[in-house]
Amino acid sequence: MADVVDRLEPGARRPRRQTILLWQAAVGVAAVALWEALVSAGAIDAFFVSRPTAIARRMWMWSGDGTIWRHLATTLEESLLGLLIGSALGIALGFWFGRSPRLAAIFDPYITMLNAVPRIVLAPLFLLWFGLGIWSKVALAVTLVFFVMFFSTYQGVRDADRVLVDNVRMLGASPRQLVRHVLVPSALTWIFSSLQASLGFAMVGAVVGEYLGSTRGLGYVIAQAEGTFDTTGVFAGMTVLAVVVVIVSAAVSRLERWLLRWKA
Amino acid sequence: MTALEFDRVSRQFATPDGRVYRAVDDISFTLEAGAFVAIVGPSGCGKSTLLNLAAGLLSPTSGVIRASGDALDGLNRHATYLFQQDALLPWKSVLDNVALGLTLGGVPRAEARARAEQWLARVGLSGFARHYPAQLSGGMRKRAAMAQHWIIDRSLLLMDEPFSALDVHTRLSMEAELLALWESADSPAAVAKKTVLFVTHDLEEAIALADEVVVLSAGPAARVVARHPVPLARPRDLMDVRTTSAFVDLHRALWMVLREEVRRSQRQSEPSRG
Repeated sequence: MADVVDRLEPGARRPRRQTILLWQAAVGVAAVALWEALVSAGAIDAFFVSRPTAIARRMWMWSGDGTIWRHLATTLEESLLGLLIGSALGIALGFWFGRSPRLAAIFDPYITMLNAVPRIVLAPLFLLWFGLGIWSKVALAVTLVFFVMFFSTYQGVRDADRVLVDNVRMLGASPRQLVRHVLVPSALTWIFSSLQASLGFAMVGAVVGEYLGSTRGLGYVIAQAEGTFDTTGVFAGMTVLAVVVVIVSAAVSRLERWLLRWKA
Repeated sequence: MTALEFDRVSRQFATPDGRVYRAVDDISFTLEAGAFVAIVGPSGCGKSTLLNLAAGLLSPTSGVIRASGDALDGLNRHATYLFQQDALLPWKSVLDNVALGLTLGGVPRAEARARAEQWLARVGLSGFARHYPAQLSGGMRKRAAMAQHWIIDRSLLLMDEPFSALDVHTRLSMEAELLALWESADSPAAVAKKTVLFVTHDLEEAIALADEVVVLSAGPAARVVARHPVPLARPRDLMDVRTTSAFVDLHRALWMVLREEVRRSQRQSEPSRG
């Protein structure tokens, strides 16, 4: 098999993983140290930007008395529900439209119009319709996730490779088998690829919803802190959110790699 | 017996600017069962259109296509079609790709896989059953695609420049493998060999492989301008056949015809390019 050799040869030289991790850590530590140093030296006022040590202490306190876990759980629950419902609706409608060009043509301007609505202006409406509980936040997350998933699925079904479709038809596939073996997997590649973005949007929807009116969640924590000019609280809330997003996206990208393992 | 018959077949397409483009015009020819026929012609002469018509993926604007005697309506169920591009499903393993035609037809999974394993062995891909197509080289993907189509054992094999994307040496070995498969005629149902309709722009490849070479005119409105039987004995050694005098003579004769068509197709494409 002489012709496999070129596939096994490594491509362009890639930077080593450890080296990258080291540099990533260095950048973070340097930025935090600079921040702390500038505040300590009096170059910037801690009232406006707080300081890393105070933020760390606050986070330690929160995790100690357990308040933050309750808020975090709420935000994650809303995000997850928003992701699930938004994906289900987006994928279903995307598939339907992808299979029916006429339907897609009729609804095209309305989809564009709805997608152009800034979601933030919907938040007060959702509060009115669904109340202060989690469902107004879920609804906001759904409006964000839906469009990402809808467009991905629609694209995936529409862009299914003509040759793959013809080939499978020649091999004897019925229309239903064609959907199962070609169109769904083709759409799934697009859907998986947009999982990362969808998840980010789901969390944005949840936090913004909480920020504008709620009784718990990370967005609520941040809003409360802002209300009392407690910058340390604001930064601590943002840090918790950032850490959670990093952890969740790492998990999602691992999942995505596994699901799309057939891509070389 | 006749495997495939084109009876005064024309096919037109609407161009984006609203005009009518005649891809093939009033083409008639027959393919005897078990024959290996190569179609050559300049690029853009409607070779692929011809194959798509034979496969039933396109329907003729006028005329009739008969497959094993029956007028074609919808897909040609006597045929498989090896495309120029990669057509393996990228999300299925090589084994599942080869077994696909069987599982689609309702063959139990275990049996389909067992038969696919045998076919992978025949095309030299035994060790790659669990690989995905993207992990294979171009030549290996072609072999897997051949196995994918031979396994369902249809009587007519349509091939659209299947090896044109491969390098010269891989291509030669793929041609040899194709002939070996075809000459072994192992299909259990039929004693007869498969009928092959092989489209290429490469005259040498056409003569080396086929029993008969059909030359198409430059498009639009491509017609058959020449048909020549290939007087070379089988089995053929593809390494040597190209230097035999019979090969060289036929090549010269057909090139005279093809050269004119290539010139015409180039002349036609000049103004649009400038």
